Amino acid sequence: MSEFLEPFERMLEDVATPAAVRAIEQGGSIETMWGAFAESGFLDALVPDDRGGAGLSLADAHPLWMALGRHAVPLPVGETMIARALLKAAPEGPIALAVAEGAAAVVPCGLVTEQLLVEADGGLHLVETKGEATGVPASLAARFDLGALPAPVAPAAEGGLRGLAAILRAALIAGAAERLTQMTAAYANERVQFGKPIGRQQALQQQMAVMAEEMVAARIASQLGCAGSFPPSLVAAATAKSVASKAAARVAATAHAVHGAIGISEEHDLQLFTRRLHEWRLADGSETYWNRLLGAARLDDAGRSVDYVRSAFA
Amino acid sequence: MFDTLTLASLPAADEALRPAIRALADAAAAEASADVRARSWSGFDPAFSRRLGAAGFLGLTLPKVYGGQERGPFARFVVVEELLSAGAPVAAHWIADRQSAPLILNYGSEAQRDFYIPRICRGELVFCIGMSEPGSGSDLASVRTRAERTTTGWRVNGQKIWTTNAMHGDYMIALVRTSGSSEDRHTGLSQLIIDLKAPGVTVRPIADLAGDAHFAEVFFDNVDLADDALIGNEGEGWKQVTAELAFERSGPERIYSSVVLLDAWIAHLRGVGRNDDATSALVGDFTARLATLRAMSIACTARLALGESPVTEASLVKDLGTAFEQELPVAIGDDLAAHPGEAVDAELYRTLMFVTYIAPSFSLRGGTREVLRGIIARGMGLR
Repeated sequence: MSEFLEPFERMLEDVATPAAVRAIEQGGSIETMWGAFAESGFLDALVPDDRGGAGLSLADAHPLWMALGRHAVPLPVGETMIARALLKAAPEGPIALAVAEGAAAVVPCGLVTEQLLVEADGGLHLVETKGEATGVPASLAARFDLGALPAPVAPAAEGGLRGLAAILRAALIAGAAERLTQMTAAYANERVQFGKPIGRQQALQQQMAVMAEEMVAARIASQLGCAGSFPPSLVAAATAKSVASKAAARVAATAHAVHGAIGISEEHDLQLFTRRLHEWRLADGSETYWNRLLGAARLDDAGRSVDYVRSAFA
Repeated sequence: MFDTLTLASLPAADEALRPAIRALADAAAAEASADVRARSWSGFDPAFSRRLGAAGFLGLTLPKVYGGQERGPFARFVVVEELLSAGAPVAAHWIADRQSAPLILNYGSEAQRDFYIPRICRGELVFCIGMSEPGSGSDLASVRTRAERTTTGWRVNGQKIWTTNAMHGDYMIALVRTSGSSEDRHTGLSQLIIDLKAPGVTVRPIADLAGDAHFAEVFFDNVDLADDALIGNEGEGWKQVTAELAFERSGPERIYSSVVLLDAWIAHLRGVGRNDDATSALVGDFTARLATLRAMSIACTARLALGESPVTEASLVKDLGTAFEQELPVAIGDDLAAHPGEAVDAELYRTLMFVTYIAPSFSLRGGTREVLRGIIARGMGLR
């Protein structure tokens, strides 16, 4: 696994610097950053061997997705990996993911994607379209009209695309949460108030300990999401996204609480990650969306709770 | 950060223990009502513990030469998970199997190992842990119970309190001061194995708020012990006790304390046919967290299996686990009382109230929430 992660991480260090992330958020070209991903071959990580891909499992892809979150990558790299695995003839360029449930959807990275892969009526539809800006400053999310879709390019496993998007999102959340936890602990050791680093204050230590717990829970839940088949089961996707989404808001809150006013400023990198945590929490189903589905499935089962979760991940 | 806590799976050979332990656990719990099963940890049934010992379900991590099974932490995880999710009565072997025997194995003399461990593996000995005192709770290093050298061994004077199972106990492993004073903190502490039948030992059960008496106070009035009562090295009690607590803080027991209530509530929901969105969301939240905590607990077990002592990781899982265990009765109580038109049977109500009343202990025993978070903060490089 680390044989893939190490070069990937190196590439991210190079191309996804905070300055590069900000430039794309301000409307700059994605060409250099996207070009690096396209050239690296990682976009075909999940494409089966016999179609010329790397044939990685979801479990293998998980650390790569977490790394994308750790670097606040402003492009739909994980989404494109999923789309290229699903489509026999995928177009070049970035592909974002959506499920047509209502007439429209807000999609992360919608402003920088070239294609949208939409699951609707049992089919996958590929739409070459630009989304409409949401008006949220620096956000790359876009709103897409899903009313009229072209003919499907492939059949869909029902719920498959949202489950896949959910486990990706959970892994991105886990990565960003990890980065925020590190940044927050480091800041607490540097920032001096009352004559000592604020990290020595028990009240802050206790908050940061809980932050670390939430971060690890999000990581393990997202690993569970990626532990099984492609696409994931309902229980796997729901566990991953429910726990990660819940952690997202809490981790962001503590990161800001510890950083104080500087963390609210644009120039500090904290916001690159906390803004994404909030956006990713809402994308592809919030915690309550997945809890409802998971709870309904659980209530159909007469067995014990421990057996239920054990057999779901056996 | 905390990268070692990563997804792990239970080896097939250990999973294979499940049907047999399930049959035993279910047989012991079958007759019991949910409120009795919810008392799994304090359920005292020596005959059941001996049956477990005879079937090879105790001493799973201990060497065969001392009567153990030499299987390791994963096997113990499977067995403990089955016992707790069934709500089987485990108090008669719990502490001895989980903490005392590993402690004796790590620090005891050959004679101590030969004497105690095989009996523990047969489920014949009840141990308790003498840590807290009236003036020493979280600040454990301030213990005042003192043991002094005599010509034949040790003489103990002092008092322990909140000692789980002391009224049923055969032996206590006590943290005592053998030199210096409480100002010396971590130095001068030692661990002694105290025969609770020895002259001068008085055990008084303490009634708890749930109508039980699961803990006790223990008085030592010139209790004379032989030389071999000392376990490990004189003066190294603090180090030993820290390792002992790591056994207590990992393991699945830190996430399943309210699981009998969870299952009783789900049975109620299924019985009345309630599955609206809000109810499903609550059930789903608990299910997702249970799945995650179980995976975290297995991840921690994997570190134990590698021979590590995952103190920080275990604290992290325990703190998150007890928060879950404590939230369950609060949320389930709210849910049931928000539906006054549904008849709640007396058994579910008793189970709910027992877990509600006893839940504060979940984040006290084995280290308070604040102590654990302090350990995690240190692990994060703070301080």
